[in-house]
Amino acid sequence: MSTTTFVLKGGTLVDGSISDILIDGGVITRIEKSLTDEHATVIDATDSIVLPGLVDLHTHLRQPGREDAETVASASRAGAKGGFTALSAMANTSPVADNAGVVEQVYRLGQEAGLLDVFPIGAVTEGLKGETLSEIGAMADSIARVRVFSDDGMCVFDPLVMRRALEYIKKFDGVIAQHAQEPRLTIGSQMNEGEISARLGLRGWPAIAEEAIIARDVLLTDHVQSRLHVCHVTTAGGVEIIRWAKARGINVSAEVTPHHLLLTDDLASSYDPIFKVNPPLRTEKDVHALREALADGTIDIVATDHAPHTMESKECEWQEASFGMLGLETAISIVQKTMVDNGLLTWQGVAERMSHSPARIGGYEHQGQKVAVGSVANVTLINPLKSWTVDRDLVQSRSRNTPFHGYELPGLVTHTFYKGKLTLENGVNV
Amino acid sequence: MSIALSASDISRALTRISHEIVEKNQGAENITLLGIPTRGAHLAIRVAQTISTIESREIQAGMLDITMHRDDLRMRPLRAIMSTTIPSVGIEGRDVVLIDDVLYSGRTIRAALDALGELGRPRSVQLAVLVDRGHRELPIRADFVGKNLPTSSSQSVRVHLVEIDGADEVLIEGES
Amino acid sequence: MRHLLSISDLNKSDAILILDTATELARVSDGQVKKLPTLRGRTIVNLFAEDSTRTRISFEAAAKRLSADVINFSAKGSSISKGESLKDTAMTLQAMGADAVVIRHSASGAPQRLADSHWMTGSVINAGDGTHEHPSQALLDAFTIRKHLGKGGSDLSGIKVAIVGDVLHSRVARSNVLLLNLLGAHVTLVAPPTLLPVGVESWPAKVSYDLDEVISQVDAVMMLRVQQERMNDLFFPNAREYSRYFGLNSQRLAIMQPHAIIMHPGPMNRGLEIAAEVADSARSVIVEQVANGVSIRMAILYVLLAGAPLEAGSN
Repeated sequence: MSTTTFVLKGGTLVDGSISDILIDGGVITRIEKSLTDEHATVIDATDSIVLPGLVDLHTHLRQPGREDAETVASASRAGAKGGFTALSAMANTSPVADNAGVVEQVYRLGQEAGLLDVFPIGAVTEGLKGETLSEIGAMADSIARVRVFSDDGMCVFDPLVMRRALEYIKKFDGVIAQHAQEPRLTIGSQMNEGEISARLGLRGWPAIAEEAIIARDVLLTDHVQSRLHVCHVTTAGGVEIIRWAKARGINVSAEVTPHHLLLTDDLASSYDPIFKVNPPLRTEKDVHALREALADGTIDIVATDHAPHTMESKECEWQEASFGMLGLETAISIVQKTMVDNGLLTWQGVAERMSHSPARIGGYEHQGQKVAVGSVANVTLINPLKSWTVDRDLVQSRSRNTPFHGYELPGLVTHTFYKGKLTLENGVNV
Repeated sequence: MSIALSASDISRALTRISHEIVEKNQGAENITLLGIPTRGAHLAIRVAQTISTIESREIQAGMLDITMHRDDLRMRPLRAIMSTTIPSVGIEGRDVVLIDDVLYSGRTIRAALDALGELGRPRSVQLAVLVDRGHRELPIRADFVGKNLPTSSSQSVRVHLVEIDGADEVLIEGES
Repeated sequence: MRHLLSISDLNKSDAILILDTATELARVSDGQVKKLPTLRGRTIVNLFAEDSTRTRISFEAAAKRLSADVINFSAKGSSISKGESLKDTAMTLQAMGADAVVIRHSASGAPQRLADSHWMTGSVINAGDGTHEHPSQALLDAFTIRKHLGKGGSDLSGIKVAIVGDVLHSRVARSNVLLLNLLGAHVTLVAPPTLLPVGVESWPAKVSYDLDEVISQVDAVMMLRVQQERMNDLFFPNAREYSRYFGLNSQRLAIMQPHAIIMHPGPMNRGLEIAAEVADSARSVIVEQVANGVSIRMAILYVLLAGAPLEAGSN
């Protein structure tokens, strides 16, 4: 059986048509009502949606420095399992990816794993300290060709530093991806500030701390005519500010995580830190605002903020636990559950939010291409009619910190093609 | 279900017990009556009233809650603690008469002896019960008995008192 | 009930059962009886990861008066500062055969983590967790109020209580608001706006910034301790302003109703939230609160441990 030639039979494209697709030599060569090819391995895609390979713009790969939680290789497997053909490695590794050396190392690790494209993200400031700019040019010109710059984990809080960064990346066609969190309003914060935090005695993380930074940054972006991307928006107020900014023509894009489309802060009542994440889970009102914004495009993309953590960092008191949740393997199922099954988004919309737009924002040339003749064969098959139960002991990630353990989710990713090669076959990693 | 003691049977039994207590103790000067809640406490009040009449002096009844000294707490759902009130004459050096409605295994009285021991040192402890139904599991015996009711362990004896249940009667349920 | 983690674990009859049991046990302590055999053979561990001599001794006395064996495990500094140690500590206690763990911890929710984990099977009693709750304190406060102000009934219907001070950081305030409300009392919180949590509007209590207005109308005033560190965190300008507006001084004592009582969970900052002469006045029941604490804690131990064991997983 061929490992380079495949016929996908009877799959549904995002425009609703049912077609056979021929993948050969890493490229989609034919799309027709009925296809045969004697050399091809046949894949039954009945009932499945044929999506362009999913692209994640926000992933924590933990390598170098925290290989006990995840490596580029294990994250690649997790990504393939979730239907991803590209990941973006956030810079808060150890050492920090604030120079060409580290980003090139991460890039090469991605190539070695060979299961998807790993695009390293460069830090905005040296050591993520928020004081001086990192070697943005060197990273842009390295083999990693970095275009997205982020101090994620930390906020670029100093307005002067943010201004300079927005100005400087213009030379390199870059975008600053901001983790919006005013540090002075979130000292020691543990969860969303509100009724629940008041009752539980956990220090609050007020919505205003996100909204204030978004407001400042969109105005700065307009002033210096640069490009801003807002990471993991979680607040209804933040959504309104972005809507306002886009209406004025400001060049801002935004992302939302799958967990913020579904989970709310009352889950913290158990004090189980599996629900501890930064930015925190918020209220029903925020969840609804985020879903609407993702539907109408105010929020451009879904990005997982996949954040693996070892068991010790979650099996303890809330205050001691690390912030973060796994996301790669459950992402598209959560999107189907919260958006598609609710009628808020079509599969065409999913393709936009999880493939075309992330690739566009990141400048990832060979990713996010339409499923069309001549495109690079990055393709994901998902069967929306099949549901599955999340089992944290069966994840591909090296860590186990998924908040969805035991949940029954709709939509099973059955096959993932990376440049025409199968990385996931019948739901099993290759 | 059958009636083992009617209201008038109970009344006569309590009157007889009251006389017996006074007789055995040669008067009421040194006795302290303690009823075991719930129904024993009401019986103690009645006996106290009768003895007060017989002896023309005011005799008070107290109550002794024995919950904390039971040996079977872990075997059943939690029991609430009742009140313990010791009459002003106290128990030190006194002849304490414990009063309860039914004497069965003897464990309640064993617990009462322990509870009493924590409170002081009586000169003697005597026991008056309305009904003795046999089946002792400990070497405990009553000094004053209203009625001996031989029963099998599959039967249950129910004491109703007007103060709590609206009527005075002793009932036996089940097959002998 | 298997655990006591929060006042919300109790319904009204549970709470009254504990108060009534404490009433009986208090009588026992007042008399000659100092020790009861009820919990003989049971092992109770005091796990105090945060310093507290007063509460620990109170629980220890309560356990010993019920003839339980007491083991004190105080982990200071860094030994229980990381979460892994909480798990390891719990498994050690399980191996020791602890029937109950009385835990005080600086992390809100630590007792619940212990109770929900599979690390140990005993009962968990919250002796104060972070800024979350302190159920035994609220119960002894309610007991004290009932003793002085109870109108013959078993609950606190119609009694007006003011809780004054750093509500934001106070586990005593949270537990008291829940319990006093459960028992029918009316609570007013008095604090500077900076020391009230966002979301306090949803609590079953009124809120006021004006102590002088509230204090003449209530039957009991509960003063909370204000920590000096709060000044550095910008919650109020300095101690002088705090005392002037929110301190219980002699002038405020004078306008209180004649029957009103003064309470404080301790330890007090004499001169800051409460004037020395007020703390020592005849209306103060602060010392009595401590004595009541032992009876209440005996009642809690009795209610949780004396009856037949509940199945694991129930509460």
